[in-house]
Order: sequence, then C-alpha cells, then structure tokens
Amino acid sequence: MTAAVLEIDDALATYDPVLGLEVHVELNTRSKMFCGCPTEFGAPPNTQTCPVCLGLPGALPVVNARAVESAIKIGLALNCEIAEWCRFARKNYFYPDMPKNFQTSQYDEPIAYNGWTEVVVDGETYRIEIERAHMEEDTGKSTHIGGATGRIHGASHSLVDYNRAGIPLIEIVTKTIEVPGEKAAAVARAYVSMLRDLLFSLGVSDVRMDQGSLRCDANVSLKPSGSTTLGTRTETKNVNSFRSVERAVTYEITRQAAVLSSGGKVLQETRHWHEDTGITTSGREKSDADDYRYFPEPDLVPVAPSREWVEEVRATLPEAPSLRRARLQQEWGFTDLEMRDVVNGNALEPIVATVELGVTAAAAKKWWLGELARAANESGQELDALGVGAAEVAEVQKLVDEGTLNDKLARQVFEGLLAGEGTPAEIIEKRGLALVSDDSALIAAIERAIAANPDVVEKVNSGKPAAAGALIGAVMKDMRGQADAAKVRQLLNEKLGI
Amino acid sequence: MTDLTRKTAAELAELMTSGQASSVEVTQAHLDRIAAVDGDVHAFLHVDSEGALAQAKAVDAKRAAGEQLAPLAGVPLALKDVLTQEGVPTTAGSKILEGWKPPYDSTVVKRLKAAGIVILGKTNMDEFAMGSSTENSAYGTTHNPWDLGRIPGGSGGGSSAAIAAYEAPLAIGTDTGGSIRQPGAFTGTVGVKPTYGGTSRYGLIALASSLDTPGPCARTTLDAALLHEAIAGYDPMDSTSINQDVPPVVAAARNGDVAGLRIGVVKELGGEGYQPGVEARFHEAVELLTKLGAEVVEVSCPHFEYALPAYYLILPSEASSNLAKFDAMRYGLRVGDDGENSAERVTSLSREAGFGAEVKRRIILGTHALSSGYYDAYYGQAQKVRTLIARDFANAYEQVDVLVSPATPTTAFPIGDRINDPIAMYKNDLCTIPSNLAGNAAASFPCGLADEDGLPVGFHVMAPVLRDDLCYQVGAALESALADQWGGVLMTKAPELGVTR
Repeated sequence: MTAAVLEIDDALATYDPVLGLEVHVELNTRSKMFCGCPTEFGAPPNTQTCPVCLGLPGALPVVNARAVESAIKIGLALNCEIAEWCRFARKNYFYPDMPKNFQTSQYDEPIAYNGWTEVVVDGETYRIEIERAHMEEDTGKSTHIGGATGRIHGASHSLVDYNRAGIPLIEIVTKTIEVPGEKAAAVARAYVSMLRDLLFSLGVSDVRMDQGSLRCDANVSLKPSGSTTLGTRTETKNVNSFRSVERAVTYEITRQAAVLSSGGKVLQETRHWHEDTGITTSGREKSDADDYRYFPEPDLVPVAPSREWVEEVRATLPEAPSLRRARLQQEWGFTDLEMRDVVNGNALEPIVATVELGVTAAAAKKWWLGELARAANESGQELDALGVGAAEVAEVQKLVDEGTLNDKLARQVFEGLLAGEGTPAEIIEKRGLALVSDDSALIAAIERAIAANPDVVEKVNSGKPAAAGALIGAVMKDMRGQADAAKVRQLLNEKLGI
Repeated sequence: MTDLTRKTAAELAELMTSGQASSVEVTQAHLDRIAAVDGDVHAFLHVDSEGALAQAKAVDAKRAAGEQLAPLAGVPLALKDVLTQEGVPTTAGSKILEGWKPPYDSTVVKRLKAAGIVILGKTNMDEFAMGSSTENSAYGTTHNPWDLGRIPGGSGGGSSAAIAAYEAPLAIGTDTGGSIRQPGAFTGTVGVKPTYGGTSRYGLIALASSLDTPGPCARTTLDAALLHEAIAGYDPMDSTSINQDVPPVVAAARNGDVAGLRIGVVKELGGEGYQPGVEARFHEAVELLTKLGAEVVEVSCPHFEYALPAYYLILPSEASSNLAKFDAMRYGLRVGDDGENSAERVTSLSREAGFGAEVKRRIILGTHALSSGYYDAYYGQAQKVRTLIARDFANAYEQVDVLVSPATPTTAFPIGDRINDPIAMYKNDLCTIPSNLAGNAAASFPCGLADEDGLPVGFHVMAPVLRDDLCYQVGAALESALADQWGGVLMTKAPELGVTR
C-alpha cells in the first residue's frame, strides 16, 4: 500500500503546490432541504424519510427558507455577493443511495459568489478567495456488508439509510490558492479550522467533522517552481479532521512530486484518504468529460432573496471570529503566544464565560489552560466534557481573592471538582482545605520556626531580611499549606521587628 | 330510474342532493357499466370496486347525517394512472411500476377525496404519458368508443374513453402537450388543460415537470368546470403552484355569454395538413360564435411553427432526468437481482425490461440534448423558442381575449396507423403544444363530426394564464348553440357499445 514519495522539502524545492478546497457543510436546520423531515443525527435508519426525500414517483421538492437564510449568512460572513436571483439545477448521475438519481444542487447560478476570507498561520495572514457558496442536498448513506474493509469492494451486499438524503448542504469552494509551498498544508488546515469556527459562530451547523457535518475535499496540483501553468489536480475526498487535511495535502504534494520527478503523469482522479496509514489511494478516475447534464430544476421556482432580507440577515451576523479574537486579546492583554495557546487549547469560550462572571482574564486563563486543559489532556477528554464550568472556576477564584484559599489549595479544590466530589464549598469542607486565619495558631507556628532556625534568625538580624523566606517556608510546612503566606510574612515581620 | 350512467355529473349531484339516488347506487351503476363494456374499450387498468363503494357509502352516510357536502360529493370519477392514490396500484402505464402501490395520495386525489368524489379506478395511458394514441401503454391499447378500431387519443386515452363510454361521468387527465385535449377531441368530450400551476403536480408521476398539468375530462362544459373547481388551487407541496384564487370557472360555464368577446383565430394553426372535415366543423363553430356576438379576427403567432421541435427537445430532456429514479432500488420491477449482478447491472436489466420503446427513444433523445456540448444547441435553443412562443401569446392577447384553433389536425386515426412513425404521431399535437410551452389555459370542446369519417372534432380555446374561465365561457356558448342544432350534446350521437358481459 505504500507509494513512492519524495521528502516534503525536496518536493517543495522543485514544485509549487496549488490548492483548491471544497468544504461541504451540513446545515443544522430542523427539517430537510426540500421536505419537512427531521434531520436529527443518529436516528434509526430510514425513520426520517417521506415521499419527497425518498424520491418516490410524483413527489416534489419545496425549498426550505431557513436553509436559504443560512446560506445567505454563510455567504455574507465570507464577504460574498448574494445573488438577487438564483436557481437550482439538476446534477444527473447514478448512485444507489441517491433517491432521484439526480442531485438538486446549484450550478451556474449559486446563491453566494466572489468572496474572500483570511487565515493566520504563524502570525502571517493569508487571503483566501472564495469562488462560491452554493446550496444542495445530501445523499443517503450506504453501508457495505461482508467485506473486510467496509468498502464496496468485496462486500456481499449493501444497506442504504436515507435519513441523510435531503439534509441541506452548503458547498463552499475556494478559488485556486497559491501560498508559499512550505505553508500550503498549514494554510489548508487553518482555512478549514477557521471555517469551522466561523460556521459555529453563525450557528448554522453543528460543524462536527466526526459526524460528517463538515467535510473537506482537497484539490492539490503541482507546477514546476516559477511556472504559471497549472498541473493536473487530484481531489482527495472527505477528509475528516483538521490534522488530516494538513497530512493529506502534504502527502499529495510528496506523492505527486515523486510521480512527476520520475517522469510520470499525475492522473486527474479522486483519491481516498486513509487516516491510519496517512496516505491517499486512487479512487475513481475523473475527467473533465464527466457529464452531469445540468439543467435548471423545473420543479422549483427560482430563489430571489430580497435586498431587505439580505440586509436583515447581515444585521444579525455575529462578530467575525478573527475580529473577535483580536478584540479579546487586546482586552485581556494577552501576548500572541498566549492567545494562540488559549485557542489551540479550546479554552477561548470557557475563558470568555469565566471573565463574564467577574474573574480577571489572567486568572481565568491560569485555571482553564493550566489546570483544566491539562487534566482534559491527561484523560483524553474534551474541555467541555470535564464537568467543570465557568461558574465553578469563578467561585474558586472568588475564594482565593477573599483569602479563603491560596493557589495550592485551589488546585486541590479543582482536583475534587474533577473527581466529582461536590461543590467547591463541599470539597473544602470534606478535605479540610480552608486557610487558617486564627492569628494565635500562626504565631505559635512562627515561634516554633524561630526556635528551630536560630541561624536564619541570625542572618535576618544581621541585615539580610530576604533570608526570612526560609522561615515562612517552615511555617507553611508546619501549617500543611493552609496558611495565607502574606499573613504569615506580616506576623513574622512584626515578631522579628523588621 | 333511467340509466344513471347517462347522466352528467351535475345531474347526478342533483339526484343525490334531492335524495332520488344514493352514491352507492350511482357508483354501482358505473361499476356495472365498466363490467359490461370495458372488455371492449379497455379504458381501465385497475378497477377499485371495493374502495369506490366504501367511499360512496361514506358519502351517503354523511349526507344522511345532514352534513354539508361539496357540489360533486358522491359522483364517481376515473383517475389517470399517473396520479398516486394511497394503496391503489399506480403504474403510469409502464411495466417498470407494475404492482407498485404508492404510500401517499397526490394532492389531486386528496382534493377529490375531500370533495367526496368517488374514485372508481385507474385509467389506461401511454407509458409515462408519452404518446398521442394510448398505444404505448404497456398494458394494451384503449379503444375509441366511437369506433373500436380507432385509437382514443393519448396519452390520456383511458380517461377520455371512460367518460365517452359512460363508464364514468368524470375523469382526471394530465396534459403535457395535449394529453387531455387531444383525446377529448377524439372522443367527443370536453378536456381542459388548466393554467400551469393552477392545479397541483404533487403526486403526478412526472413526464416533463415544466409542462405537466392535471385537469378535468367530462362530457359537458359544466361538469368539467365543477371538477376543475374541486381540484384546483394553491398547494404548498408544489413549488410551481400559483398562490392566487381559482378563476371563476363554474360561473363561466353556467354563463356562456360571448357577446363582445374578442376571439382570435390563429392563422398558423390550420390549412395544409388539416383534415377538411376538421376544418369545416372548426369554421362553422367560429361562425356560430360570431352569430352569438363574439368579435372574430385572425391573429398571427409566427413562432408556433417552432413549437413542436422545441417541445420535443424540452420534454425528453426533462423526462430523461425524471425517469432516472426508476432504478429498481426501492420499488417497481427488479430484474437480475440474483446476487451475481452489481447494482448498476440490476438497474440496466430492469430498465431494459421495464421501459417501452417510446420511453427509451425519448430518454436517449433527452440525454443527448442535455449532454455537454449539445446543451446550448438543443435545450438552450428550445428554451429560447419557448420564450418567443410566450411572447406570441402575449402579443395576441393584446388584441383578443382568447385564441382558437382546431384541437387536432385530424380525427381519431385507426389503431396501428402511426405507431411506427413517431414524427407523424408527434404532429398530432401541433395545436395543443404551444399552450403547454407558455403555461396558458386551454381546452377542447366537441364541435361536431367530420364529414369523411363521422368522428368527433375538437374546438380548441386558449386563454391567458389564470383566465381558464374564458375557455369555459366560450365552451359553454358553443355547447349550448350546438345542442340546439343537435338536440343534445355531441356524445348523444355516439354509437351504442355492444354490452359484452
């Protein structure tokens, strides 16, 4: 299964990669694109179907207005023009899980076109031109039974689930992307990741790559360095994670480079991505002669969104994620590196929520990124699956601010929270974690420390007040950490007359 | 009681309202008539005696309980086999759907049921409505009740023959290029193609989506209007349905006053190729309307001559796509499913066995016309012609209220006469096709018998979008004037059918 590849550096020394990315987004509308069937994920097979999405003889589609609104939102968020008048077309081809054997899609008249967006990679901003965003319907889902690989090859029979058939899809197509070769794969990943955040912020999709609600097809071609003639492209289908997008693009660059440098020809074809082995394999050979026999869908009247409506939708758009991030970074006073850690740690939203409860950004970041993200990482969980929310974090920080907890004790409270031991108050109670605020107990401990460390006292008295740190440490140890260090220092200073 | 099958739908409704007949009696009389004559006519593919009687009984019960019923409640009807009816076999005249029982009602059927109209069964048709003779049905030809050696027209030959043979007072047809009007003309009955979008296509097995229009078939203008009113109106399930009031067709059918109405005779629809007897009856009808006070002028629609070629590109293009769903995956015929063949192969084998010659011809034609490199030359060009034809209509309607022509160039031809000459067959739809391309309202009304063969001639009336009422107004005027001449509607001139069983 291994194919000859060049090292990426060697590949990029000779060839410039050109990318084109097609992202399919399943919208989270409650009903399907052309009928009233529900769209819930994971329902028993073929329970969410009707004559329309099953393509039964006589059934007719009707456009879902909410899906059109979502398409407009996406178009606007990608700085596209929104068509004043557009149509659906039929894309005719055969597939057993496509009920009508044509897909109702948009062809030469998409709802949104000519847009752009930006992604940031290593502090560098790259502009991505958007060709179009168009509406279409999803197909059913085939499961091939009896083969070793789950693919149709070798299977004894196939089962088809039409629950997914007719779920609204938006296909977002970039123009060709030419970025410095060594950044190509990272830009591809950053673009898909940016789209995920954008679509999430718009509320139009669940953007779950693992459930297929966000799917990326990566087109890659190579041209000799400095050349302006585009090479033959391959289309790697349905890459299903950000990391895989980056790996698949890198793999295709190295594979195509190997083919070209050995005098071969890159075939125009679709390719399958293999997550486990990290390679692509040949799928269907695809030529420009593919004839879908597009023509305007006669069962649907044209879609003509009024300008008023488009403006209403524009007014509801949330702040773009990239702008929002820049604003928050400034408000919080984080460095670029800090902000990137926060984003990569998926801690942005929890920190926003915690700050909204009155906690400083620095403190919120300390707990979410330092304590909780680490715990999530260790247990292989998502941050939002830990069972600790912004409210708990804010409460712990409040106790720190009041002097009931110090950082060390607070960490133990988080430990308790992660173990499901109850509320912060209950954990403090159960574990006996509160700071000792009784002065006489502290003074007694200080006296013990002074008695046990005459040499240190000597140093302090001889004009080296910094040496008192050792005494504070001894007191804290004596108090098993449950003392307010500032208070101890104050009392010690009084005692020693500093 | 006199034979209930000879009554019009309006008369039957009156008898039932006044308690002189029950729907069960009326329905049974028609079922008996079907049993007696359909062996010769073969208008029906499926007779749902049990279902029909149950519906009739339910209507009678409602009437007995004093419920307010729709005008045609209890009247029986024959349904073209291209509209889905839940649980009742629906084949569109094709082997590929043999035995399929739809799990849902088409909107037309829903409305018929809501109106208490009793559905007797499904009528024969050219396969997927492709044809002008009903000879393309996979289930055998329907015979014209006027002359059993002749075709009844198509594709809705079964529906028109059923009412001409007194097997039903009403029928539903669908008109893509004349499939209601041409058989109407050939059987001496009334056939109406409503405005496109005026009647819902939901549940109508598509031939050509942008052309298909369900509509009424009846023996009188009033009956057709009553049925029209029962099925028409906005349907949110059909995106192309028009969200406006149904035109006042019943009032127009009762009124029938054409004094002052401006009638345009389409210059391009007549002359060479038209049977003399057809032209003679047509011109007499025009004369008659003039005498009734209509203002008649000749108008020109220069692009009508391109309507036929444009139609025979648009229709197969849409049909080739619409018929792609018949892939043997989920319903209908399935051939070669022995575990050895791939899905693609099963689909091919099933289509090979399930589609008839005319269907295959048009699929190939349409696939070619849409294919890349040919789209602009064929489909794109045909759409431009369509725009020009709509413009011809618009210009004509600035001068006149309605346009008229013979409904067909000839009377019903003998069975087998044109089955091997598709072009000759296609030409029969010359007069009816422009209205489908433009989406206008149009109808055919009986206007006499041709001298050469004694067969019915249809008078074709075309009206602007949503002015279906104008067609009925002209039809009603003509019908009443001719009834004075003939002593009744044309159908009373039809020969008696031999009762065979």
